[in-house]
Amino acid sequence: MASLGDLLSQWPLVRQIRERKDGTGLEAMSAKTRATHARIDDAQVARSICPYCAVGCGQLIYHQNNKLVSIEGDPESPISQGNLCPKGAASYQLLTHQHRELKVKYRAPRATAWSELSLERAMEMVADRVWETRKRTFQKHFEGSVVNHTQGLCHLGGATLDNEENYLIKKLFTGGLGMVCVSNQARI
Amino acid sequence: MPGLGTSLGRGGATTAQQDLARSNCILIEGSSMAEAHPVGFRWVMKAKENGATIIHVDPRFSRTSALADIWVPIRAGTDIAFLGGIIRHVLENDLFFREYVVHYTNASCILRPEFRDSGEEPSGYFSGWNEEQRAYDADSWLYQGNGLSYPERDLTLQNPDCVFQTLRRHFDRYTPEMVEKVCGIPPELFHQVATALTNASGPDKTAALCYAVGWTHHSKGVQIIRTAAILQLLLGNIGRPGGGILALRGHASIQGSTDIPTLYDTLPGYLAMPHATDEEKTLAGYLKKNTKPTGLWNNFPNYFISTLKAYYGRRATKENDYGYEWMPKLTGNHSYYSFLYKMLDGEMEGMFLMGQNPAVGAQNARLERKALSCLKWLVVRDLVEIESASFWYDSPEIERGELKTDEIETEVFLFPAAGHAEKEGAFTNTQRLLQWREKAVDPPGDCRSEGWFIHQLALRLIAKAHASDDPNDEPLRALDWWYPQDEAGEPKMEAVLAEINGWKTTPEVDAAGAVHPHDRAGKLHHGPQVDGFNDLKDDGTTACGCWIYSGCFPSDGENKPKARKSHDYLGHGWGFAWPADRRIIYNRASAAPDGSPWSEEKKLVWWSAEEKKWTGQDVPDFKKDKDPAYRPEGHETGLDAQPGDAPFILHEDGLGWLYIPQGLQDGPLPTHYEPLESPVHNALYARDTNPVENWFPRAENRFAPPGDPRFPYVLTTYRLTEHHTAGAMSRFLPHLAELQPEMFVEMSPEVAQGLGIKTRDYVCLVTLRGAIEARALVSRRMRPLKLNGTTVHQVAIPFHWGNSGPVRGDIANDLMAISGEPNVTIMETKALVCNLVPGRRPQGPEFLTWLNQYAPQTGPVVLHPEQPPLGAPTGGKLTPGHGQHGKSV
Repeated sequence: MASLGDLLSQWPLVRQIRERKDGTGLEAMSAKTRATHARIDDAQVARSICPYCAVGCGQLIYHQNNKLVSIEGDPESPISQGNLCPKGAASYQLLTHQHRELKVKYRAPRATAWSELSLERAMEMVADRVWETRKRTFQKHFEGSVVNHTQGLCHLGGATLDNEENYLIKKLFTGGLGMVCVSNQARI
Repeated sequence: MPGLGTSLGRGGATTAQQDLARSNCILIEGSSMAEAHPVGFRWVMKAKENGATIIHVDPRFSRTSALADIWVPIRAGTDIAFLGGIIRHVLENDLFFREYVVHYTNASCILRPEFRDSGEEPSGYFSGWNEEQRAYDADSWLYQGNGLSYPERDLTLQNPDCVFQTLRRHFDRYTPEMVEKVCGIPPELFHQVATALTNASGPDKTAALCYAVGWTHHSKGVQIIRTAAILQLLLGNIGRPGGGILALRGHASIQGSTDIPTLYDTLPGYLAMPHATDEEKTLAGYLKKNTKPTGLWNNFPNYFISTLKAYYGRRATKENDYGYEWMPKLTGNHSYYSFLYKMLDGEMEGMFLMGQNPAVGAQNARLERKALSCLKWLVVRDLVEIESASFWYDSPEIERGELKTDEIETEVFLFPAAGHAEKEGAFTNTQRLLQWREKAVDPPGDCRSEGWFIHQLALRLIAKAHASDDPNDEPLRALDWWYPQDEAGEPKMEAVLAEINGWKTTPEVDAAGAVHPHDRAGKLHHGPQVDGFNDLKDDGTTACGCWIYSGCFPSDGENKPKARKSHDYLGHGWGFAWPADRRIIYNRASAAPDGSPWSEEKKLVWWSAEEKKWTGQDVPDFKKDKDPAYRPEGHETGLDAQPGDAPFILHEDGLGWLYIPQGLQDGPLPTHYEPLESPVHNALYARDTNPVENWFPRAENRFAPPGDPRFPYVLTTYRLTEHHTAGAMSRFLPHLAELQPEMFVEMSPEVAQGLGIKTRDYVCLVTLRGAIEARALVSRRMRPLKLNGTTVHQVAIPFHWGNSGPVRGDIANDLMAISGEPNVTIMETKALVCNLVPGRRPQGPEFLTWLNQYAPQTGPVVLHPEQPPLGAPTGGKLTPGHGQHGKSV
């Protein structure tokens, strides 16, 4: 059993008197507080950028064992200097909130409810749909010119994606499939 | 936007956010920067701390206005009249920066005698109007002299046909009194702004302009930005520290998604997509059309053929014109609204939606949702079940009985997407800065990146093509899909970035400077990286996915967007700004014609006579060793044809364009037109609206005529700090949902009093397209405007809610009309008219009967007297895209 002296010394007020401090420093902390540490202390950090507007604030994404720990502003960013707005500061929730979809959902024609699909099966089905639609709608010629295009399928989106992803989308859809109906937020 | 592209050469912000701190005056208009770009706004506050005057021009008093020195309430959609008034003030009072204007702009270029300005009569039409085609024949807009490369000039600016004198006459009628009549801005306030701006411009001072979609989402959005560019060129503020035009983009990569476009009419780097015309039948014809004799675009073949080599790899050879035939050709306007109407008409089978939610976020959202139900199949990729994925069972149309779930044929795939921390790649921010994101964790469950999805889809489709002998599948068989991948089948994004940067195509064993040289099968794929776009060739020896990004991953093997060691105020060492890591573009203009800084205070880049090169705080946006005194002899091509004092190197003549001789559909000079829906007629011209506008007429997409008493209020839209666009990335987050839980409409006490309502009461907003309900927020932040005796009331709404997620609200876009600005097919969401009806809207099928009372849903489709008749050509002629004019919003 701890002695009375030990017990007393755990009392911040006693420490404050004994150490002649004003009670605003370490002497005011309980043992429990002294033992706590930042949850990012043991985490690894990925240097990232906020996904919302185009200011491009730097983010430090702390993670441990393949789990997100915290997302904070990057103080070294010459643009944001460690700041994030309410959206950027909430981006941990963007990745972890309960409404995120984790499985492929499928709705058959005229169906009244979703069903679940494996990723592999869904990819095969989408590839089939693209292939069939392209076959049906591909146009080789238009008014005497070779056009090699299809207007039977379209794409929308891109301003929230990475440059590399947009590059692959345009290369496959336009360069490979001949899709001309390709658009995104940027000037619709 | 071609607003910046045609005026200055490139469709990107001219400056960096940090550089705003060096400004002496900042005009923010068409943006509530403090709310929509809060962290960027800190640089405006730094400038204020340094003594700069901050001006906010906006229909609504917001946190931006609260922190500004001057707030100017303006009638939505009248920005050209206001800025035009300042231009007139600058010209009439000789306040322009003469040396800058004479040497660096086309003020001295002489126009053809047949040119007629829209201000003559004043009809609102320029010369060349073809009423039948509803488009301009723009030949009369050209210069006298030898094309765009060697125009005839009068450096005294006295010739009555020179651009300067034409500009003066054009804006002559934009008097302070007219500004008051059109915009509702009193002359004293107007003078306060004009004086602050001109006082803060000159050799030792600079002023900056910031805008966002409050300028772009108009039927003349490009011309509003053009007006800003004219003003900044006259004041000598482009290419200089603390100056420039900062386009504030709204999505993390909206700049990136136009630079590397998922758009129909451009290829990466603003190269025009080829059209199905006789001229562009062959590669030679296409190149001839797009290659300029002088200026940087003289290198067009290097960029384009390197793109074809990146797309088709070894299959692109000199013999087959580098696969030019495989590249699809355009046959018209294939932009979103055009294909939306195809969807509605049942002509579109399938659709991919990646990170976009048109059921909420696109205009005339009732029509959008109906269009989705006309598809055969739809693939949605998002983090959550957005309204565009759930329209078939819980849209307002289902609730109202307009659509029935068991009758909707659309097959829907909803793929869960990976978030920004679950994949690696780069965004391009609002200042053209590529910033790489490292991957932190794997995506959960079956969530995957778009990169994974496209790669996996490509592998399946290419396999099908190889199993087929259909000649139509040849482009797929030829596509160079070489990308190495990880165990999860995710392509290596640094390998994609390497391709975007470009490389020498000949593989070399153990070559120095090669990045990811092996393909997925381990075979040597390509040679060393190129170091920038100057290394690109037109003979197939180089490949490059996006020439303007070239240099971002050069032969030193450093992924520059990933760099995180900023070593100066412009952030060099942190990320990579296109082009060539230049942070302030056109920065040759930061020095006087002789190459010396305009002033010590505002020096940025200058000519070092000892070293015989350009040097300074930024990477010179100029040929490094071109002497300021250099003069071409007239037989040169490319950059050699431009003199040593021509900073706008993408233009043939190297000049900043106050007047656009070629490249715009709706005129060489900005003209004030009223919004498509307006409470008043045009006080400046006989014509109310932009003549070349595409109205996209349809029974469900009608416009109220000017002054329609059924819709007496001006309606504008804006963004909240706590939400993001259509809400998929914000409405579902607990903190953000709690901070802004509900749809509302902001109105003045005068409006509220007239309706007998108070804050928190429900009120319905009605337009010809639809109706929504919202809570009233009654506030002095909205004020009635006096236009010469007429009072105009404006109301404003945010647009982030929908019918899914933890916080719900009616969809603002149900009110909006689909319309197409003639240059970029952008819609007008910032200025329209509405009615306000106190109370809540009815639920269920009764809604439609109720709506019909306030906005008749039957009868003639064309109600606006300036709308072309149904079926008439509209939206300008089919012209090559705005590639090369820098198209982005």
